Amino acid sequence: MSSPKINIKPFGVHSVLIEWPNEVSEHILEKILHFETFLKNELLTNQEWEMVPSYNSLLLINRTAQIDFQKISKDIITWYAQLGESTKPDRYLWRLPVNYDLEYGLDLEEVANKLHKTKEEIIAMHTGATYIVYGIGFLPGFMYLGGIDKELEVPRKATPRSKVIKGAVGIAGKQAGIYPQESPGGWNIIGNCSVPIFDVSKENPCFVSVGDKIEFYQISRAEHNLHKIEAEVGIYKPEKIKIDA
Amino acid sequence: MLKILKAGFYTTVQDAGRFHFRNKGVPVSGVMDEMSVFKINFLLENEPAAAVLEITMTGPTLIFEEETYMALGGAEMSATLNNLPIQNYKVYQIEVGDILSFGRLEKGFRSYLGVKEGFTTKEVLGSKSFYKPITKVNRLIDNDVVPFSAQNEFQPKISEIKVDSFLDVSILEVSKGPEFDMLNDKQLEDIFSKDFTVAHENNRMAYQLTETITEHSISMLTSATIPGTVQLTPAGKLIILMKDGQTTGGYPRAVQLTDKAICILAQKRGGDAISFKLV
Repeated sequence: MSSPKINIKPFGVHSVLIEWPNEVSEHILEKILHFETFLKNELLTNQEWEMVPSYNSLLLINRTAQIDFQKISKDIITWYAQLGESTKPDRYLWRLPVNYDLEYGLDLEEVANKLHKTKEEIIAMHTGATYIVYGIGFLPGFMYLGGIDKELEVPRKATPRSKVIKGAVGIAGKQAGIYPQESPGGWNIIGNCSVPIFDVSKENPCFVSVGDKIEFYQISRAEHNLHKIEAEVGIYKPEKIKIDA
Repeated sequence: MLKILKAGFYTTVQDAGRFHFRNKGVPVSGVMDEMSVFKINFLLENEPAAAVLEITMTGPTLIFEEETYMALGGAEMSATLNNLPIQNYKVYQIEVGDILSFGRLEKGFRSYLGVKEGFTTKEVLGSKSFYKPITKVNRLIDNDVVPFSAQNEFQPKISEIKVDSFLDVSILEVSKGPEFDMLNDKQLEDIFSKDFTVAHENNRMAYQLTETITEHSISMLTSATIPGTVQLTPAGKLIILMKDGQTTGGYPRAVQLTDKAICILAQKRGGDAISFKLV
């Protein structure tokens, strides 16, 4: 398949933004991550460079130097044409446990009522989909997940909560996600994930990367409590499956 | 060690920032006013990234429990050393038991305290900069201690510098943001002709502005943001992201502050006037 077109824009003097067509597409995301890996491995290997991929864009940031925009634009076009069959990033599917008890699934009944479904049907739809991580932002480790079941789309809450607990599993419109830490939040909360998504004590504090996939599965309250204890002492590892490109 | 006798409004440890975790949603953090801190670390002959205290609005009272050399910069906060007035951008030798305190905020909003070789608090993900929950705390409180290594043999090459203060500057120079060309003529005219007021919703994450501009219905996919990004909400509100700002956002990125403009804004408080100038 031919490479989708890119558009390059200056963004301050330390960064340059590369944009792909304005659509949510796994094919585009794969291309962005492939190009990011190519740049990291072969071209912008200096530690001064940092890259932030998201949906249809990739930001290249230089920590200190001012970027010569005209020069780097030309370079990026040349490099993009050379992408070819260079190494692609490893991507993983993570299977994450969720407890949907009403104590955690604060809005589960309301969502079920709004969508004219049973709670069990809501859980089945939530656990039945494979989600793609299109971006990580808003909070450390907050994933923007695409791929929600069309019938599970429900508007965000009219009044956001001032406090959503760590691990809260939320849905809003076409988006799904997990609150990695306590924060204010306007998404509908339907469960809680016992796996800490962000852990500063780890060398890689967030096991998920943009481009990975997520599946949820239902666990009981007892299993949830056990996982939490295991996670606190650092022995719980989420189930991970390598995705073949 | 430096001990906090009285915490003041909001004091944090900050260095150059936390790099290489923005793709995991971790803000870069670091000192808000890089220009003032650069001068302090220059005077103390420190690494440019040496950690300093960032002191916001109301200063703390501090006691030095080891010898060192210190310099202040940024906002003018009527600082005294053992009750004697001291000035910004001048190196002072510190004895054990010296007390540094701050009085009336005269100009600016954030003052910086540097010591020889910098503060040596623990690094988390490659940086000493406070940002909760990456770091356990978000600010220093009474009786906290901030470590540094004792120094008593420093002979500064330059012991004092006169600086060209930007604390009175209110024009923020900007370049075009990624969505600049999606704005209409009215919105652009608003941005560059209006006088804006810094809202009381201003902190290390973002500065909001009180005045709004023409609303819009531009829809875009979430994309990366950086310190100094000026976002335009659908209701026409301008939000300027700062050092602890989120790493991605879904609002159009109208304009982008220059590095210097970020420093200028970091010294503004609620009620201060600012305007934008395209360069």
